[in-house]
Amino acid sequence: MLETIISALPDMMVANAAPLLVVVPLMLAGICVFVPNGRAAWVLTILGSIISLLCALTLLLQVGAQGVVSYHLGGFAPPLGIEFRVDGLNILFLLLVTCIGVLAAIFSWPTVEAEIRAEKHRLFYAAHLICFTGLSGVAITGDAFNLFVFLEISSISTYVLVALGGTRDRRAFPAAFNYLMMGTIGATFFVIGVGFLYAATGTLNMVDMAERLALIDADNRAVVAGFAFIVVGLGVKAAMWPLHQWLPNAYAYAPSFVTMFLSATATKVAIYALVRFGFTVFAPEYTFEALNVALIFGPLAMIAMLACSFQAVFQTDVRRMLAYSSVAQVGYMLLGIAIGTSAGLSAGLFHLVNHALMKGALFMAVAGVVLTYQGTRITDFAGLGRAAPLTMTAFAIAGLSLIGMPLTAGFQSKWYLLQAMLDAGWGIAAVVIVASSFLAVIYMGRVLQAVFFQAPVNPRKQRREAPLLLLVPLWILTLATLYIGVQADWIIDLVQAAAQASFVPEGVL
Amino acid sequence: MTSHHVILRVVSKLLMPVIVVYAFYVQFHGDYGPGGGFQAGVILAVSVILFALVFGVPEALRAVPARFAASLAAIGLLLYAGVGIWAMLNGGNYLDYDFLVEEAPGGHAGQHLGILLIELGVLFTVSGSMLTIFYAFAGRVAEIRDEDW
Amino acid sequence: MVQFILERANYWAIIGLMMVGLYITFQSANMIKRLVGLSIFQTSVFLFYITLGKVAGGSAPILFGRDAKGHGAKVDHSADPGTHGTEVAHAETHGLIEIYSNPLPHVLILTAIVVGVATLAVGLALVVRIRESYGSIESDEVRRMDIGVADAQDADALVEATS
Repeated sequence: MLETIISALPDMMVANAAPLLVVVPLMLAGICVFVPNGRAAWVLTILGSIISLLCALTLLLQVGAQGVVSYHLGGFAPPLGIEFRVDGLNILFLLLVTCIGVLAAIFSWPTVEAEIRAEKHRLFYAAHLICFTGLSGVAITGDAFNLFVFLEISSISTYVLVALGGTRDRRAFPAAFNYLMMGTIGATFFVIGVGFLYAATGTLNMVDMAERLALIDADNRAVVAGFAFIVVGLGVKAAMWPLHQWLPNAYAYAPSFVTMFLSATATKVAIYALVRFGFTVFAPEYTFEALNVALIFGPLAMIAMLACSFQAVFQTDVRRMLAYSSVAQVGYMLLGIAIGTSAGLSAGLFHLVNHALMKGALFMAVAGVVLTYQGTRITDFAGLGRAAPLTMTAFAIAGLSLIGMPLTAGFQSKWYLLQAMLDAGWGIAAVVIVASSFLAVIYMGRVLQAVFFQAPVNPRKQRREAPLLLLVPLWILTLATLYIGVQADWIIDLVQAAAQASFVPEGVL
Repeated sequence: MTSHHVILRVVSKLLMPVIVVYAFYVQFHGDYGPGGGFQAGVILAVSVILFALVFGVPEALRAVPARFAASLAAIGLLLYAGVGIWAMLNGGNYLDYDFLVEEAPGGHAGQHLGILLIELGVLFTVSGSMLTIFYAFAGRVAEIRDEDW
Repeated sequence: MVQFILERANYWAIIGLMMVGLYITFQSANMIKRLVGLSIFQTSVFLFYITLGKVAGGSAPILFGRDAKGHGAKVDHSADPGTHGTEVAHAETHGLIEIYSNPLPHVLILTAIVVGVATLAVGLALVVRIRESYGSIESDEVRRMDIGVADAQDADALVEATS
């Protein structure tokens, strides 16, 4: 079926899928300035996201056929020219970002219309498209400095998007400001690291860098310092445990649509960059044997899983609670990455995909509640199970998946992660996974109990479902969660291919 | 207020065209030497900012409306990306200048045209963005009036 | 010892600026000062890149004199991937007469400066909005106000729940 769709595309698009994936949303962002109203900008956004998704699907087929797709921008061959390089690892993230992008774009209109002032709609969508460009650019580029530029393109537009929540709640401004401070320090650390690597290797192309680093002494101090700066810098962007302080407030006060889109993509893309550097640029032997990163990542990931789940239990605001839970879930992914085995990495990536789906669904459902009942505290959710059954059933399914109920995606990936931990002999980590899941039972349980078993606090809770535009993407995500929970083989194939691709840099330039 | 500062006004009137010419010198010299769209864009924006500082933001907004500045930034972006797409439509890679025009192999017309258009796109975007940033800050009502300083 | 210090003058300057910038960023409560610190921090990184590109005895990377002749001829750079970036004499590999500093870090930093300017503009705009909605740009005061509001809301919720 996929082949027939792709064969219907024009040849030019198939041949140039890699740059079009990034350039089309960027151009549409420019066009958004000239359209007459916000609704037109919304249509453009959907259009751009769908074109990007088609490009990603094309790339998926091409990667399946030839292993690595390398696109030379401007016709300059790497390592001198900038290369867009797609292999098994990036294609996973490109698909994730573009799929979420399409669903988020479709769902955005009702919430944006309600939460953003009308004269800002066009620029809001322009900023969103630029953010989308940046995120897919990070996932597609094969050049270390280019990665920084795309990272900052996405981050700067994210600060703007978060701050737009300020018309509803002024706390969005300090949240965005703190995010800006932390994010910029993180990005600058990343640049310092890239500078060290450039000084040591004389190249910025990541594959070329990997080949040259293999020839350099393991205790070269410039390389070690570069590695440390890159890990810390990307750790900030990925909300790795002690560096996550920007995340809860940014997620809690941003416009609902922005929260949903960011929670499903932004930290995920930073984790991609982390994996790319930890496994491809630096050989796994270097990362995990010479520097023994597992000793840092492992404990940090476990602390995140326990501490942030624990903090989530005590939140009174659903969005803050989900945000803390996001930091805890980043811990799961990092744990999978930390053990440095192929099984662990694919488990971490598997959980990453599932988490994007279920957190996306959860925040979409919360956006629906914000739209219909204007409240995000747990007390505001009381009795909503009867007032908005469709929205809340999806919310419950995604929530159960977050806990790790059997027959949901969350169970599959947690089980997979547990097995990887036990195989690697990390018994404590397995215990921590289970303990963190229990904490998830408590914090999701509080909300679900309020939703389904409490009487509404006041009589305004007549039956009011979220609009259809919101329900359709919500249920697509929810059904995807259920489907992966039952039939996970295809996605396991995908993440295993991704893990394999990150281990062996198939060094044909 | 504008009745004072005669010297300032006269000198800045003299300076502004020179700044604009200098911006274009930096712009078109950028193909072969130091210069290019980034620097030229900032210098071009500076001429308008100087105008706004001396004659007031409302006057500057009449000469160069904020909407125009924002559109200029978007046009520059579209020009840049459009050159890339144009090369693609002609069968080359994204931004491969050699495919911009039909020419004999080894010709450089495409390269010259390409860098010219790309730098023009950068000029538009940078000057548009700098002006938009300036208007965004300067257009706010001052909390401290000038007399109270 | 003195020679060791003097030879690395650029690194001392970079380290000093970096520490000054980070210190201001973390220590200050005033948001404008924190942005200033951030800019100083970023500038130190720009300097780091620029000093990386310096080739001993090399001039600015601008073609002039005899080197400038015949430029525009398409050189196949992909033929010698081993020489770019590192501090090898470019003069030999590219058939140039003069020795030039490596221009690539300059170009990278041009991009990074633009990113820095954009960040600073967004940051200042946020400070303006914070000033308008809180009446303060001290981050501790802003936090105190937020906590006050949150406490009041929690108290309301408690009253609502018990009544």
